[in-house]
Amino acid sequence: MNYFEKDLTSLHDDLVAKRISVTDLVKATFDNIAATDPDLNAFLALNKDAALKKAAEMDEKGVDPDNILAGIPLAIKDNIVTKGLTTTAASKMLENFVPVYDATVVSTLNDKGVINVGKTNMDEFAMGGSTENSAFKTTKNAWDYTRVPGGSSGGSAAAVASGEVVAAFGSDTGGSIRQPSSFNGIVGMKPTYGRISRWGLIAFASSLDEIGPMTRTVKDNAILLSAVAGHDDHDLTTSTKEVPDFAAELNYQTSVKGMKIGLPKEFLGEGVDQEVKDAILAAADKYRELGATVDEVSLPHNKYGVAAYYIIASSEASSNLQRFDGIRYGHRSKDVKNLEDVYVNSRSEGFGDEVKRRIMLGTFSLSAGFYDAYFKKAAQVRTLIINDFQAVLKDHDFIMGPVAPTPAYKIGEEVSDPMTMYMNDILTIPVNLAGLPGMSIPAGFAKGMPVGMQLIGRPFDESTLYKAGYVFEQATDFHKQTPKQGGNN
Amino acid sequence: MASRIDQDQVQHVASLAKLSLNDDQLKYFTTQLDEIIGLFETLNEVDTEGIEPTSSVSDQINVMREDVADNWGQRDALLANAPESEKGYIRVPTIIDESEDE
Amino acid sequence: MNFKTTIGLEVHVELKTNSKIFSPSPVEFGDDPNANTNVIDWGYPGVLPTTNKGVVKSGIMAALALHAQVEPHTHFDRKNYFYPDNPKAYQITQSDKPIAHDGWIEIEVDGEKKRIGIAEMHIEEDAGKNTHERDYSYVDLNRQGTPLIEIVSKPEIASPDEAYAYLEALRQRIQFTGISDVKMEEGSMRVDVNISIRPEGQKEYGTKTELKNLNSFNYVRKGLAFEEQRQQRVLMSGGQIQQETRRFDETTGQTILMRVKEGSDDYRYFPEPDLPALNISDEWVNEIGAEMPEMPGSRRQRYVKELGLTDYDAMVLTQTKEMADFFDETVKLGADPKSAANYLQGDVNAFLNEQHADLQDTKLTPANLAGMINLITDGTISSKMAKKVFKAITQGKEPKAFVEEKGLVQLSDPAQLQPIIDSVLADNQQSIDDYNNGKDRAVGYLVGQIMKQTHGKANPQVVNKLLIASLKK
Repeated sequence: MNYFEKDLTSLHDDLVAKRISVTDLVKATFDNIAATDPDLNAFLALNKDAALKKAAEMDEKGVDPDNILAGIPLAIKDNIVTKGLTTTAASKMLENFVPVYDATVVSTLNDKGVINVGKTNMDEFAMGGSTENSAFKTTKNAWDYTRVPGGSSGGSAAAVASGEVVAAFGSDTGGSIRQPSSFNGIVGMKPTYGRISRWGLIAFASSLDEIGPMTRTVKDNAILLSAVAGHDDHDLTTSTKEVPDFAAELNYQTSVKGMKIGLPKEFLGEGVDQEVKDAILAAADKYRELGATVDEVSLPHNKYGVAAYYIIASSEASSNLQRFDGIRYGHRSKDVKNLEDVYVNSRSEGFGDEVKRRIMLGTFSLSAGFYDAYFKKAAQVRTLIINDFQAVLKDHDFIMGPVAPTPAYKIGEEVSDPMTMYMNDILTIPVNLAGLPGMSIPAGFAKGMPVGMQLIGRPFDESTLYKAGYVFEQATDFHKQTPKQGGNN
Repeated sequence: MASRIDQDQVQHVASLAKLSLNDDQLKYFTTQLDEIIGLFETLNEVDTEGIEPTSSVSDQINVMREDVADNWGQRDALLANAPESEKGYIRVPTIIDESEDE
Repeated sequence: MNFKTTIGLEVHVELKTNSKIFSPSPVEFGDDPNANTNVIDWGYPGVLPTTNKGVVKSGIMAALALHAQVEPHTHFDRKNYFYPDNPKAYQITQSDKPIAHDGWIEIEVDGEKKRIGIAEMHIEEDAGKNTHERDYSYVDLNRQGTPLIEIVSKPEIASPDEAYAYLEALRQRIQFTGISDVKMEEGSMRVDVNISIRPEGQKEYGTKTELKNLNSFNYVRKGLAFEEQRQQRVLMSGGQIQQETRRFDETTGQTILMRVKEGSDDYRYFPEPDLPALNISDEWVNEIGAEMPEMPGSRRQRYVKELGLTDYDAMVLTQTKEMADFFDETVKLGADPKSAANYLQGDVNAFLNEQHADLQDTKLTPANLAGMINLITDGTISSKMAKKVFKAITQGKEPKAFVEEKGLVQLSDPAQLQPIIDSVLADNQQSIDDYNNGKDRAVGYLVGQIMKQTHGKANPQVVNKLLIASLKK
């Protein structure tokens, strides 16, 4: 199955017309994975038996012609719990953990006939920007196997970009969907905070985490978001706002005429590669061509986003990860003489360095005497960043800019220096702090590697982002480019 | 330059978080944390007088669940996943300081 | 040297809601370990808490009962610490903006009334239960997530007796709201106690010690009394009080050092991001206030002023909401208040003690008690017969029907009694002579004989009247 030539709509047509059965589609997907993944390393676990069983059942019942997701094989990031299938968050702490319940996203997709083919690799507990922090394997960039796929949803991004699957789900706390999407030349949407239920998403930073779809086309992304968004009684932070049929608004009549786009000057500062800047400026010109206006705006507190984010995210994470104590599930150290050993040894053995680093940063920021100077201060700066966005989005339909300062770098190049890693997130982080929707779409290449453009919208206005993204996509051919098999681009 | 966090503080924070660090780890974590906290301190440049801290960007307020009991029947599955259990209890090495018990 | 004592009480009240505060698991006691737990209670990866509206409502009721200000914008916070009965390794509680603050409760000690301030009240989740054996400890998470209200007193309690009175008054008012059973012996009420002393005239509070294992109000009083003395001895001999946790020993009445508190624990509180903040409107508070049961103080006033009961009666009747409600209903059904009060304090309480039961667990009903009392008041049965009828109503039998069935109707008709009196007099000339000679005891003997003749059914008052009249003839 050549997924580069398919999207959800054409696959659905094939299934309904019985040009291919669900079983054969699933088998073909596993064949793709078998051919590519031994080198690509996008998957941590495969769900072969259950997937084929479900496929057989669906073939027997017949594919519902009104359900575009019926029989579609998808991949799920391994920090989203799947009942009966290992969910590790790429950590030794959960190496053999089999959840006893499904995340809401998973059960929703299951009910809609989606077939989960497997769990994808990630940075441990979603902490990282390259998927190099996985305790188990290093995923490659689909375009160049010597380079990182980005992170933390690197596995999902590579699986989609390489044609292993047609789409996958990831999660984004500071850029973890958008950045790997940019590095791999695919479409990644981090929806508004509260659009998708976090029930079943292994928490990293509770006020920043969001699940989102990763696809090769804007329309496919829109289809998937409509399918899984909505209020969930298990997650009281989910919005009760109506979920539009996002894909229904995407057709040849979709236009950006009259849209006002803001391009923050802080997004094109030093530190951003010239080629990335060029791609974004060219995209701005393209938008002008298409009838929109693009003007320079300012987000004055943007540069403080990284510090504010790392304080808040680490603090929330330090608390969220306390439950991993070796007592009720997950790794328990064999080297225990007393209860304290259970705690300390299980945690010290189970967590990697980046996780420990963030736990300690968070513990420090919340500790007595430092709370006001760090955690509270960061939360106040967060308010200012939210206000910055609000001011710009008051009279602009959306904001555009780069996703990452550079295209994908070499594996091993940056993993030893946390500070450099952290500064890579400067363009994506503020969007999570503000809870706004942010989407990465292919916008060019730099030395053969994909460069993504970020569209940031008003709260719950993914609709405008999809329209603007769709129009750009249709007017360019970046999305039509595909990596050569084996990632030698 | 005065360090923002020293090895003793890192050790203290590690203990609070139930993590053990050997000497090498203590050294390099301290260096890294010191640098990162230096980044944190740039926030001091921002005037936040009178600014309310944001703890959530959810659009939901006052959402609550009705007081209806619903047993999800997960007890057996949960016990099966526990590293050590006995007769329906989760089992741990004996707790010495019982003063936290209520 | 004279010392001033300051006692702090942190009372935890377990709520009787249907489900837990942050998970829909049932709140039930005595079931198999971990039977009432789900992934949320176990702190599984990926789970999220959900706020129980009934708990918030109970919190508001408690606030109203304790004259506290309800916080219009409240939220939850996380308290982070590791312990096996704490599955998330953090407790969801309220630290920053508790649901209510600045309340008070009136106590009376040695006839003197005093108001003790309540600093704040907050809602939070309870932890699981650990049991300990030699090599292992065992964790049962059934209790994990049970809703609690914590009530923190202002440092205005000045003696162990005041502490006892405070606990009793608090227990009563909370019990009357119906939100909790508040029984220390069952664990639905727990008290953390701290005490410090300082020399008269010193402004700063002394160092406080914490006392544990105080399992009844009496032990709280005893433990505090001992600790007060101990601290005085230490200071008088030139020593210093250490910040300690001390265990009360029931057999010796002493407090014993458990551990020295080294600095305070760092719980790293921060606002709970998974739960939306709560804006509690005045409308909702008023609605809840309007639905609240009448509080004990107001009922006692009514019993004394309107029903003519004694203060003591009123106090006993308002021990529990169930008793006061039962009394109110019994009176409403026409029973004489004093009789109803007497029966409840006397025979009913004795019956409850003997059965080790609460009023609401028995077959007694206000209708049946009122029925029985009315039968006594209107003379249908004698108080002697009433004993049999009482037993019957404890078994749920309707009194009128029972009396008729067993033929216990008192014989009060003079037309029926006079012949019997005459016949007894006829057989007891000696007694007539004794009476005429001034021996009043003879009357008693004669009444006894008449009662025997009527198998106890004669109305003793009527018999007495008729007999005397006959004797005087």
